[in-house]
Formats: sequence, structure tokens, C-alpha cells
Amino acid sequence: MAKKEKIPRQAMPEQNPDVRRKNFTEVPFGYTPELAQIEASRCLFCKKPKCIDGCPVNIDIPAFIRLIKDGDFIGAAHKLKEENALPAICGRVCPQEEQCEIVCVTGIKTEPVAIGRLERFAADYEREHGEIVIPEMEPPTGKSVGIVGCGPAGLTVAGELAKLGHSVTIYEALHQPGGVLMYGIPEFRLPKAIVESEVDYVKQLGVQIIYNAVIGRYMTIDELMEDHDSVFLGTGAGLPYFMNIPGENFNGVYSANEYLTRSNLMRAYRFPEYDTPIIESKKVAVLGGGNVAMDAARTALRLGADEVTVVYRRSRKEMPARDEEIHHAEEEGINFQLLTNPTELLGDEEGWVTGMRCIRMELGAPDSSGRRRPIPIEGSEYIIEVDTVVVSIGNGANPLIPQTTPGLDTNKWGNILADAKTAVTSIPGVYAGGDIVIGAATVILAMGAGKIAAAAMHRYMMGIPEPVEEKEEEKEEVKEKK
Amino acid sequence: MNRIITKKILSQDVKEFVIESPRIATARHAGQFVIVRANDTGERIPLTIADANPEAGTITLIFQEVGKSTMLMGTFKEGDEFKDVVGPLGKPTHIEKFGTVVCMGGGIGVAPMHPISEAMKAAGNRVITIIGARSKDLLIMENRMKAASTELHISTDDGSYGVHGFVTDILQSLIDKGEKIDLAVAIGPVPMMGAVCKLTKKYDLPTVVSLNPIMVDGTGMCGACRVTVAGKTQFVCVDGPEFDGHQVDFVELVKRQRAYLPQERISREAFQHHEGCCSEK
Repeated sequence: MAKKEKIPRQAMPEQNPDVRRKNFTEVPFGYTPELAQIEASRCLFCKKPKCIDGCPVNIDIPAFIRLIKDGDFIGAAHKLKEENALPAICGRVCPQEEQCEIVCVTGIKTEPVAIGRLERFAADYEREHGEIVIPEMEPPTGKSVGIVGCGPAGLTVAGELAKLGHSVTIYEALHQPGGVLMYGIPEFRLPKAIVESEVDYVKQLGVQIIYNAVIGRYMTIDELMEDHDSVFLGTGAGLPYFMNIPGENFNGVYSANEYLTRSNLMRAYRFPEYDTPIIESKKVAVLGGGNVAMDAARTALRLGADEVTVVYRRSRKEMPARDEEIHHAEEEGINFQLLTNPTELLGDEEGWVTGMRCIRMELGAPDSSGRRRPIPIEGSEYIIEVDTVVVSIGNGANPLIPQTTPGLDTNKWGNILADAKTAVTSIPGVYAGGDIVIGAATVILAMGAGKIAAAAMHRYMMGIPEPVEEKEEEKEEVKEKK
Repeated sequence: MNRIITKKILSQDVKEFVIESPRIATARHAGQFVIVRANDTGERIPLTIADANPEAGTITLIFQEVGKSTMLMGTFKEGDEFKDVVGPLGKPTHIEKFGTVVCMGGGIGVAPMHPISEAMKAAGNRVITIIGARSKDLLIMENRMKAASTELHISTDDGSYGVHGFVTDILQSLIDKGEKIDLAVAIGPVPMMGAVCKLTKKYDLPTVVSLNPIMVDGTGMCGACRVTVAGKTQFVCVDGPEFDGHQVDFVELVKRQRAYLPQERISREAFQHHEGCCSEK
């Protein structure tokens, strides 16, 4: 065992920053089979693996890594899919460094095994070699499930319940599947062909997707309950926050959701081949410090902006974005104005944003989130020149379903209240999970919630009593990450 | 799905499509809208629902060709399909018996006014509808609006039909005649709605306007459609489309409507050039 420790964590080859800052092609190329096998050989295959507990969907990590080590890459992908229907996506966007990798025993003396990169490798290998196999399915139960939202939570519930023999229909508000995977995360971080392919896998499990179905308007939850035996609400956190400072409705001011939706879902980066336009910018400020802010800043650069600045009110240490994303942004030449807060947006006669008044901040005592509270430094105001501002400070709960569903309880922020162990809401048979419950968080936490919900929905529909002792611990953890 | 059952040309640039859309035909209420996407490379544009027939499972969309997307849609024929039709979106019009309601539609704004006049009348209101256009050949839905209203007035900017002037001129004369009006509803170009609100404000006459700003998703997720109402930012797609007209910042709204003019020109010119040398669809 000890001999293996000398092999360093294998880096993933990626596009040169000077080249990639001008294109939308994915940044890392992924491991080659050789690199993957070397990295897999770093795993200690612990008898009591901590990594599995670190994973919100409990993938048998040592098992899939052993298959990679042994050269059975397809087998590794199948092993992943036993617990996770979307491994190519999770391998790319999960914050492994704070989930499975942070507890990796190899990481105590040296760097942890690159579990995320290996997951990505196995899933890509399976897809590229066209050997996607549908797992054994349970016989049809005759029960029917309606799922609202085709994002990570909804797709997970759909996959799990389809495998258990239920008939599953997903209602998606947009014209494409994937939710935030499609409209939010850019092509250069998560190629849309990969999202489509993983959604295809879920469809091959027998899941039907109805697009352009805005639940709450197109059909109500009551109507869904007439058609289905149980319903899952995975609508995501679909209501962007703004700063509530003067000038936010000037032209050139976007929410990150709008900016990214135009570019990703609507392909505005290929305007005029695609009809949806996006403003041509020279100087862009992105407000916020999360992964979405990094995505917006790097998108602005690729759309041709000369100068892109991330403006964040705390210091780099408190930035909620993954280190990897911040690092990629820095490499590409994104500027960071930290400990800085905008107080006003300035504009011209025609209604276009021209500048931003900012104030310097210093860090005081920790606030309720445990992070040090930023405090404005009096008299430190200054103006930066901008022609585009992208506000990326998070999302609230979309009110459409709570407003149109009597009896559905929400908290004071509008998030749907769901039981932590079963995901059931205040309405029997109606379950909820993902960002609409816990606030804007990560893809994998939404998927974890989906698995909990799927198990409880199965028990509900089949009349199986709830287990007395839950093995699952509560995994609620609100972070500004996706 | 989304198949065009019938197509009518209402005026040179205004087309009417009756589209197969059973679920929306049943679910929609007066005041709501849909978002359509013409084809795979298309943008999402909001269109108000001019009418619906739940038995036949159809909705009626009326639009004016102003940019590439609407021009492309204008080339669609009966039997063609829209790539996507999403809806119904937005909050329905608040319908109750107010007494006398004046419904004003300007230009293409007559189309979304049709279901509102109809519903107001069905609720027992005396509905005075005023429709206006730049000239007679641009006036749409006269007969249907007559049927949907207790009383119909018409104005044209050039005097080629009805009263020579604007819908506000007719509204002013109604007020001058001592007509007791309980509610005004205005839908049309932003300057027209602004003018109506300026007038009704003088008389403290409650006025509802229906806004049609630039939108992307239409579900509250992006905020492209934000508008300032009573000093607060509202999303037209989920908080509207109808607002208290006296509280809407029309000056800001006009500027926001102009955000993509250069790109709209590029798209339109490329489309017209393409249409000129080949025939699409």
C-alpha cells in the first residue's frame, strides 16, 4: 500500500488559457485511459471508505475506481450509474473537494484521489464508446408519477422511480431538458451534448418529458394529482435577486440567469445564426462571488469583452465559488475587485449603464453564516466605468407554484417546506427537493434530495411503511453554490 | 402540437393564426399570454392570446411583423407548426363587475384587448371599447370587438376611418359628455398607454395597462422583463402583465424596449436579404 503514495495526483490536460478565453469549447480535455489508470492506482481501497459517506448520492467510489484501475472502464460507468444517473455531469460540476475528496484517506499525507476526474472519465468513456446499457428494471407497478422540473433533482427522481417500475412523466417549463444544467452552466464547463446524452439515458429508462409546461399555469398541482399517484416538485430556485440599488433597470444590466440563459440555452453566442441577441460589451462587471458569477464572467470574456471584473464584497477566502473555477477565471484574465460593494449604477440619457459607484469594505466579526461580515469603509467610494453589469448574487424561490397551490406550506423566503427524511410537503403525495426547498445550492445536493424523495415516494405509492430508524442523516446544507 | 389551423392576413403586417393548443385553450384566462419560438434557432417572444376555443382546442394569436422572428412567423402557412408554444403565462385580468369599463386598444394592442372586453362584458359591465390605428387599413378586429363590447368607438391617426385622432381624444370626449367611468384598461404601444394614463390620472380614473416588454423565459427566472411600478422593480411575466397604469415608469420602459435595436436590425436585414434571394418555408 505504501508504495503507491509516491504517484502524484494526476492533472487533467486542458485548453491553454489564451486560446480558451476566446472559445466556448470545454476547458479540460479529461483523462486519457492511461492517466485514469494511474490516478485510479492511487486509491487505497479503504475497508471503511469515508468517500462514500461524503457523497450526497452514496456512490460506491472505491468499487468504480477499482474497475478503472483494472481497465474495465465500461464496468466503472455502470457501477456509477447504480447510484447516479448523471455521472458525466457530476464529474464536472460537483464540488468534490468538499464532499468525497475532502475525506479521502490518501489526501491526509498527499493530495486526495481525483474522484471527480475519474467519475467524469468513466462516464465519458461509456458515452464515447456507445455502450450505454439500460440496467435491469423492476416490473411495472401501475403507479404513475408526475415530476415538475427537468433539472438535477427531477431527473434523479425520474431515473430512480422508473427503475422501480413506475410510469414517470416530467413537466418542464422550458423547451429543453436539464434545467440549470442547460440554461445556467456554460458550454465550456458542461457541454450541452453531455447533458442531452445523460437526459437521453433517463428517457431510455422509460421517462417521458413534456416541454413548455409551466406548472401552476399550464396545469395546477391539483390537476397533476388527478393524473398521477404522487408528484415531485423540483422547480429550482428560479427568481433572481438584484442588489436593490439605484440604476438596476438601466439597459446593459442583467441578472446572471438572463445573461447565461441567453448565451447557453438560447445560444446567443452564435447570434445571428441563432436569433436571441446579447449585448456586445467592452467593460463588464459581474457582481457576486459564487460559481455562477465565475460562469458569467468567463462567458462575458468569450463573448468578446475587453475587460471583465468580478466585484465581490468579501475577500477571496470567503468567495463561495469553487477554487478550481476561481483559478480558471484568473488564468483567463478576469479581474477581481474584492472587498468592494456597488452602491449605485450610473447611466446615460438613453438609459444605458455607464458606470458603477462602489465602496471599499473591510471584514468585521463573523455573521450568522460564519463568514466575517463586510463593513463599508466610509469615504472610500469610487466609480468604475462599465457598459454591462451582471448581477449574480443568488436566487430566491419562484412563487408560481406556491401561489397557485392552496395548502402548500412555504417558509418566509418562499421555499417549499419538505420533510428532511422523506421530502414530503404539507400535501400528502406531493414531495419536493432541490433548490426550491433548500435555497440555491449544488447540483449534487439537489440529486441527493431527489434520491431521498424517490425512496419515500416509492414507499408511499406501494403502501410500504416508513422505516422506523432512518439511516440517512440530514444533508441539508445551504450554500451559495450550484 | 402547435399546428397552424387557419391563417388570416388582417392588414399588411398583421397576421392571425389559429393554433392547435388544447391545454392552453382550456387553461387560459383573459389577460394572459404565451411565449412562442418559431424554430430551432428561434428566440422566445411573448404574444398575447387574442381568443381561444376550448371545444376546438385552439388559441388565436395575432401579431405584427416588426422583426426577424415575427417576419419568419408571417411566412408560416396553414399546417405548419410552431416549434414551441408556452403558456398560458402571466396573471389573468382581474374581472369583476365594476360598472362602466372603457377598454382601449391601440394598433396590435386590440388583439389582447378582445378577451378582456369579452370577459368584462360577461361579468355584467357596460363595456365601452375604443380601438385605434394609424389608418383604416391597419385597424383590426372591428367586428369582433363590436360583438365583445356594449359600445364601440374607432379612431385613426390620419382620419381615414372613425374619429380623426387618438383613442385618448375619444376618451376625453366621453369624459366631457359626463360618462361615469369606473375603470379604464389600455393596451397598445407604450406611448399610447402613457398618453391614456396621463389623461385618466387627471380625473383619478383607475387605469390598468398590460405590458409587453422583452422577455426570455417568461417564468420569473431571468428578469429581462423588469419594469418599475410605484418605484419598485416588478417582473412583468409573473407579477403582471397588468399593472396600475398610474404607477408604471413608461419612460424607462420605452428605453428598455430599445435595448437590442442594433441586433434586431442585423437579424431583420439578414432575413430580408435571404427572403429576397431564396424562398424559405
